[in-house]
Amino acid sequence: MAKPSKIVLDPLFNDNPIALQVLGVCSALAVTTKMETAVVMSIAVIAVLMASNAAISALRNRIPPSIRIIVQLTVIASLVIIVDQVLKAYVYEVSKQMSVFVGLIITNCIVMGRAEAFAMQNGVKDSILDGLGNGLGYSLILLVVGAFREVFGSGSFFGIQVLKPVTEGGFYQTNGLMVLAPSAFILIGIFIWVLRTFKPDQVEAE
Amino acid sequence: MEHYLSILAKTIFVENMALAFFLGMCSFLAVSKKIETAIGLGGAVIFVLAVTTPINNVIYNALLKEGALAWISPELADVNLEFLTFLTFIGSIAATVQVVEMALDKFSPALYNALGVFLPLIAVNCAILGASLFMVERDYDLAESTVFGIGNGIGWALAVVAMAAVREKMRYSNVPEGLRGLGIAFILTGLMAIGFMAFSGIQL
Repeated sequence: MAKPSKIVLDPLFNDNPIALQVLGVCSALAVTTKMETAVVMSIAVIAVLMASNAAISALRNRIPPSIRIIVQLTVIASLVIIVDQVLKAYVYEVSKQMSVFVGLIITNCIVMGRAEAFAMQNGVKDSILDGLGNGLGYSLILLVVGAFREVFGSGSFFGIQVLKPVTEGGFYQTNGLMVLAPSAFILIGIFIWVLRTFKPDQVEAE
Repeated sequence: MEHYLSILAKTIFVENMALAFFLGMCSFLAVSKKIETAIGLGGAVIFVLAVTTPINNVIYNALLKEGALAWISPELADVNLEFLTFLTFIGSIAATVQVVEMALDKFSPALYNALGVFLPLIAVNCAILGASLFMVERDYDLAESTVFGIGNGIGWALAVVAMAAVREKMRYSNVPEGLRGLGIAFILTGLMAIGFMAFSGIQL
């Protein structure tokens, strides 16, 4: 059995869910225009991922293989409903901004992918750690992209002004592209490039 | 009529599922390596979206919405089942995909074989659930949501086929080592998204 620290730390750089496993790109990128939404989304995904991994791992010997996808989806959907209700109750403004993307955690391939690839074969404790690790790996990319987009796109960080934009008499000409969708793709592409420059074994042969 | 055409054009070009909302990215990046598979999955997505969006619309308006149960008995008029939305939608999508799979297997084995493993994968494609959730948020009626579903499917298929065509040509170019494969695919998607933004000013 792998060491607990390895299960948690591996997904950060060595086996990052977004950069290497190509999981969970879907529902996340639209929420990275601001740090605030990126942080809330990260916490929500980590919570769902740990809870779903725990639940599915606990049930793994009772789930008939032929209907396992539906069982997994039901477990995940129930957890996402709880997260959605909690967000609506405590951070209503942020949950409004994230609109449909909270619901889309259900189809976030990380959650399904880890349930299928790890929780179905491993014990509860390891599965929770695996959920934590993959959630952190995912959050890492979300936060890096979110930081770049907010600082360069609107000159602020967590809503606090760091670069005073020209429109308010400052010196910084805001980069409009950063606020729009395409910049997230390009930033992730560059992130992968940097990661693979330091870890050449991840380079794809083509 | 114009209203429906406008929804159609808007979903295909202006608010493209894949390029403006990042939905269905996992399968988008995974199947865009070859044009044939991209066309197969694109077709399947159009079909499933065209079926599930109206079904979910009926379910939502007849069962889940606040006060929707009034048609059963007046006592149920203040029941609000909206918190069950996610669970019902994902259930109906998974069930539809299963039914579509069985129907195709029986009536059109050729198409079934062409789509192969992609059909079951569609159940977890975010674009499908995303379309249903947007449909609720924008308060579409049955006809509008059918058009919305078809339009989103066509838009997604268009994006994935175009992406596959670009990636097939990428084989002849010399990409920096660390960027090969996934890295360049992301940057290409970004550039394509910029291209699609040219449509964003269009008003119909």
